[in-house]
Amino acid sequence: MVGAENLITRPSELVVYECDGYTLEKETPPAVVFPNSTEAVASVVRVCREHEVPVLARGAGTGLAGGATPLGGGVVLSLARMKKILDISLRDRMVHVQAGVLNLELSSLLSDTHWHFAPDPSSQVACTIGGNIATNAGGPHTLKYGVTVNHVLGVTWVAGTGEVIQVGPEATSAEFDWIGLWTGSEGTLGVATEAWLRLTPLPLAHRTFRVIFQSVEDACNAVSRIIAAGLIPAAMELMDRGILQAVEDAFHFGFPSEAEAILVVELDGIPIALDEQERIVAQLCRDCHAQEIVSAASEEERALLWRCRKSAVGAVGRLSTGYFIQDGVVPRTRLPELVRRVANIGCERGVRIVNVAHAGDGNIHPILLFDERDPDEVRRAMAAGRAILEACIELGGSITAEHGVGIEKLPLMTALFSPDDLDVFWRVKRVFDPANIMTPGKLLPPPPRLSQQDEKNGQPR
Amino acid sequence: MNDPSVSTTLPSRDAKPGRAAPLPVTIPEEKILSCVHCGLCTATCPTYTLLGDENDSPRGRIYLMHAVVQGRLPITESVQTHLDRCLDCRACETACPSGVEYSRILEPFRLATAQAQPSWKRRADWFRQVVLLRIFPYPERIRRALTPIRLLQKAGLYEPMERMGLWDLLPARLRAMLTLVNASVPAGPPLPDFLPAKGRRRARVAFFVGCVADAMFRHVHWATVRVLQENGCDVVIPGGQCCCGAIHYHVADEEGAKRFADQNVRAFPVHDVDAVIVNHAGCGAMLKDYGHYWKDSQTPKRQEFAAKVRDINEFLDQLGLVPPIHPANLTVAYHDACHLAHAQGIVAQPRRLLSQIPGLRLVPLPESNMCCGSAGSYNLLHHDLATRLGRRKLENILRTGAEVVLASNAGCLLQIEREIRRARAPVAVLHPMELLDACYRGEKPRGTTNGRMARPSRAGRNTSGNVAG
Repeated sequence: MVGAENLITRPSELVVYECDGYTLEKETPPAVVFPNSTEAVASVVRVCREHEVPVLARGAGTGLAGGATPLGGGVVLSLARMKKILDISLRDRMVHVQAGVLNLELSSLLSDTHWHFAPDPSSQVACTIGGNIATNAGGPHTLKYGVTVNHVLGVTWVAGTGEVIQVGPEATSAEFDWIGLWTGSEGTLGVATEAWLRLTPLPLAHRTFRVIFQSVEDACNAVSRIIAAGLIPAAMELMDRGILQAVEDAFHFGFPSEAEAILVVELDGIPIALDEQERIVAQLCRDCHAQEIVSAASEEERALLWRCRKSAVGAVGRLSTGYFIQDGVVPRTRLPELVRRVANIGCERGVRIVNVAHAGDGNIHPILLFDERDPDEVRRAMAAGRAILEACIELGGSITAEHGVGIEKLPLMTALFSPDDLDVFWRVKRVFDPANIMTPGKLLPPPPRLSQQDEKNGQPR
Repeated sequence: MNDPSVSTTLPSRDAKPGRAAPLPVTIPEEKILSCVHCGLCTATCPTYTLLGDENDSPRGRIYLMHAVVQGRLPITESVQTHLDRCLDCRACETACPSGVEYSRILEPFRLATAQAQPSWKRRADWFRQVVLLRIFPYPERIRRALTPIRLLQKAGLYEPMERMGLWDLLPARLRAMLTLVNASVPAGPPLPDFLPAKGRRRARVAFFVGCVADAMFRHVHWATVRVLQENGCDVVIPGGQCCCGAIHYHVADEEGAKRFADQNVRAFPVHDVDAVIVNHAGCGAMLKDYGHYWKDSQTPKRQEFAAKVRDINEFLDQLGLVPPIHPANLTVAYHDACHLAHAQGIVAQPRRLLSQIPGLRLVPLPESNMCCGSAGSYNLLHHDLATRLGRRKLENILRTGAEVVLASNAGCLLQIEREIRRARAPVAVLHPMELLDACYRGEKPRGTTNGRMARPSRAGRNTSGNVAG
């Protein structure tokens, strides 16, 4: 089906696949397969369905919620060898790629055109298009350009039945929005093997500057003031003092060590319009007690600033040997309150927490630090993480904005959704995956009305 | 990070009682734990890019090593294979935001696993014992070994014989080595003990000669010392110096490497010079690491020596280049040698030097910082992967339309030259100092037509992706 060279079954090689970027839970899979084509993926799924073996798709394994962790013993379906660029059509504003193509590779490939692929998750140097679709990945520029689903025109989908379904890329308004349904389903409804992606014109000019604040709250307030003034910057990104320490250590950018918060604002568009916008943003920031506003002096400095922001999470290893990262989201205006609560939760439970945030989206990533070798510290960090997400729900938000639920946020799904809501999710899942073999135990908590035995067999009572 | 290491004993498949007992080795577990498993390194790893298996990625290898150190895994053949496949190019270290010192985890681990092998097994490897350890580190022996090939090249028989597939009759590693021999270039006499600065004296430096670099790239050495002279440097070439020891170190002969290191430390008058200059990245990276590798009474002296070592690109950039007068009307691509870009962090300096050559057009080379597959002796030991990386490099070079490709490392020059020769592509493969030297002397750089070659121009295309104001 895939050939021996595309299959791993040796225990010493399987170990590496026991977790992704979320390392608190692990399980060694029984096998890893590396299909090279949609047909091969479909065959693997069909065989697994026949033998009732769970299947779990994996791209680059950079996910932060355990979405690619084979808990429950599923076969790992690695799409890392499916990385062909099938077609680039600038006239159609579209590329056709296999799911294992790296996010950044697309934009590099297009670097001598005026186009790029807009979704830019912070892991974009390494993460795959398939993973972006599975989690409906966002990124700093989500604020203006939207998340992955806004850039997917078509998908080749292998459902849990082993059927291959192609949707798009031509627009047909006379059908359900399958792409909308599948994108962000975290592998529970099937696997994307190919995608047609929309290209976005490169902006003609950028203005990127960093604004230094005395408090995170001031920075959050500035963000809401900017939006209220009718401006949608390309990105508004927040880093607090704790994370700045790691970032500075990694990249020696020269952030002032006494800064409590730094807001990175990027405006883009037609050069002539940017002067006025920059003036307004600067004024609003000063109204919110900004201490200093510094523009990126060159394209190199802008690139470094973005590298600092995008690699911030990876730089946490300089602060701690273990961490896990939350992905809370609240209405933007509630962000200052959430920040306060996160700080309190950290104090109360004795957990060190540092923050990065896509502030423009109300999406905050508190990073909880611990030493993996200290079980008590791990427990406290996990409890604090849960408390943060509960706070998000209380403030009218959600437990994930872009990382996905995975296994890490699964226990909170019941807090966020009613049994009736979850029942609807399950009914949808059964349409595409009647045997419940696709990524079981992720995203959806076990349906309450099924006994454990039934759930294993995927049969409703 | 300081080094609170745990002393651990590597479980080994060969560790049967009465036979080779496993050696206790020090694996710095803190260094392993500094990897937070984010995976940002994977995409920069050449072997992961080619193979798509996380066992062949930096994150995966660290995971394997950790599992072994924890005692979860024995060192099986497959673990060994995945670790051996690593090129040690250290691109992952450049990519890692957490500053994981991958190479400082891998190298002690490799040494430990090699030492855990029964010694007869290591000694039975003729290629390692004879070619790598007995011939390579000695320029005279390399030259003698090369004589038959040089004769074939002079008679014009080398390339036809290569194309006829005659080399295929040889053992794989010997064949790989044979195909890597560069074209015969007039090497010039051995370097003298001293060469004076031209014009105002700006610095006094000692020059490191090395082994393969001297046997196969003496013309590059001459170019380098002439460039130093042009830039107002007195150049001392100390006698008694030897190979840097990298070959020994990378094939797990730590003692041999240390002997070479100490011989070099004794040979160089570090108090008498402003810098020790090295013009090949692999040697430079090794010399700069002398202070880290061994802890004994000699450590301070090794550290003192290492602190003086400068790559030629780094040194000239710091000193301030005297711009050459003669133009080089050439389209040039620059390949980042791993041990320059990733091990020494020298990326901007050579480009800044090149930008001062009048007429020269430096075009961006796609994947310029991905290993060409040479990686020390890797292309001799892992021929298939090395060749795939070489082909990939070639394709990227050809895409740029460059007439010259530059690399600041012997291994890269050999590997890239072989690919260019096999493809019969009209591209000259040079060390940056050869190009600079030619421009000081007003000569045509070796293998080029200096601008007279008609090439499709890519001028005016936006290749940087930056359209901002």
